[in-house]
Amino acid sequence: MDATGPPPVIEFCDVSYCVNSTQVLSGLSLQVRSGETLVLLGRSGSGKTTTIKLINGLLSPTTGDVRVHGVPNGEGDVIRLRRSIGYVIQDVGLFPHFTVERNVGLVPKIEGWPEERIHARVQELLQMVGLGSEMAARYPHQLSGGQRQRVGVARALAADPEILLMDEPFGALDPLTRDELQREFLLLQRRLHKTVVFVTHDLREGLRLGSRIALIEAGRLVTVLTPQEFLQSADPWASAYVRAFGGGLEAAANRGLS
Amino acid sequence: MNVFRFMLQNHEQVLGLMLEHLWLVGISTLFGALIGVPLGIVIAHRPRLNKPVLASANIIQTIPSLALFGFLLPVPWLGERADRLAILALTLYALLPIIRSTYVGIRGVDRAVLEAGRGMGLTESQLLLQVELPLAMSVILSGVRVAIVISVGLATIAAAIGAGGLGEFIFRGLAMVDNRVILAGAIPAAVLALMADIVMGWLERRLRPQ
Repeated sequence: MDATGPPPVIEFCDVSYCVNSTQVLSGLSLQVRSGETLVLLGRSGSGKTTTIKLINGLLSPTTGDVRVHGVPNGEGDVIRLRRSIGYVIQDVGLFPHFTVERNVGLVPKIEGWPEERIHARVQELLQMVGLGSEMAARYPHQLSGGQRQRVGVARALAADPEILLMDEPFGALDPLTRDELQREFLLLQRRLHKTVVFVTHDLREGLRLGSRIALIEAGRLVTVLTPQEFLQSADPWASAYVRAFGGGLEAAANRGLS
Repeated sequence: MNVFRFMLQNHEQVLGLMLEHLWLVGISTLFGALIGVPLGIVIAHRPRLNKPVLASANIIQTIPSLALFGFLLPVPWLGERADRLAILALTLYALLPIIRSTYVGIRGVDRAVLEAGRGMGLTESQLLLQVELPLAMSVILSGVRVAIVISVGLATIAAAIGAGGLGEFIFRGLAMVDNRVILAGAIPAAVLALMADIVMGWLERRLRPQ
């Protein structure tokens, strides 16, 4: 832990995860600080999604500890933990038989909020993610891919969680919509200061959205760098990424909202 | 038409047997659903149980109905009343389509939806009641529909052991070599099956998620 900084919100202490005899993650130690966007960058199968699922207890580490607010997962109530963490996945996973309003308001509802408060919160969230209030009555199949993911983000924010886990949320979108949603994510994050763990395999997206980038390769953490450091890094994996993504990366790392 | 004149003349009896028939089918399908749906849910969540359960239901389905009625006849409490026995046999036959459709329906729920639900902090029972069952409902109903249609046909055989229902006319007609009497049982049975099929099909479409 940083001697001077505040305690980390999420902490991985020498975490390994195996399925059958396959080692998916080995010896992962990582800290996520309050209010930062930590990007997990790596290729398919490198263990990024596993890492994120260890945080909300969808998976349990084989060895080591994952701590959220200092409490090791497995000691606390996993349902409470999950309700305090927003979760956005690439396939969105909206409930197809619920309207947008019910989708977004589900966690508040099972948490026992009164109807008027849920309704007001849903309206507030839809506006926050750039959807008109008329969307509330629609069903997921009546929305475009971008709109669906906006609803997915609104749903994750519903109970105002401090932590947001985003697993390639914009990966399935067309480039224009993706750009739009990335920009809105930055604006939103400026206002909300959530602690975000963001999984992507797209370096450009990582540089743009992340305050720090954790590079994962074959289940091991290679390095954690800020976007600027990443571009100048002599690390062979980091420079391999920079080469593969070609020019224009400085712009991505600097421009943010532009 | 002779058949219809016969049915009109005996309309009270036709109606009585039809109600009896409906009762046999209705109660056994209800039992079949009460047992089959939970079993289907269990095997959808525990794939290891899937083969033994489905295989057992399959084996039951392969026993000829007349033989099954015969096998059950000497069983103490059951054999005392023919309708008990018929209801048990019909319940057993209803199991396979209901278990199978529940299994298929629940397994067919989009994994992303389940993962999102679980990740949001829904408990397993909230996930089942609010997500899995509503999304699987139309598939489950399609199994219930098949079970009912099969049951309407099978229940005619229950008359062979004296359980009543429209089979009475069929067996009587066979004994009397009188087609009118056979048809007075067969036609209402066919109408019942068709009506059940239409009603269930409508329900199934109503409950199908968008």
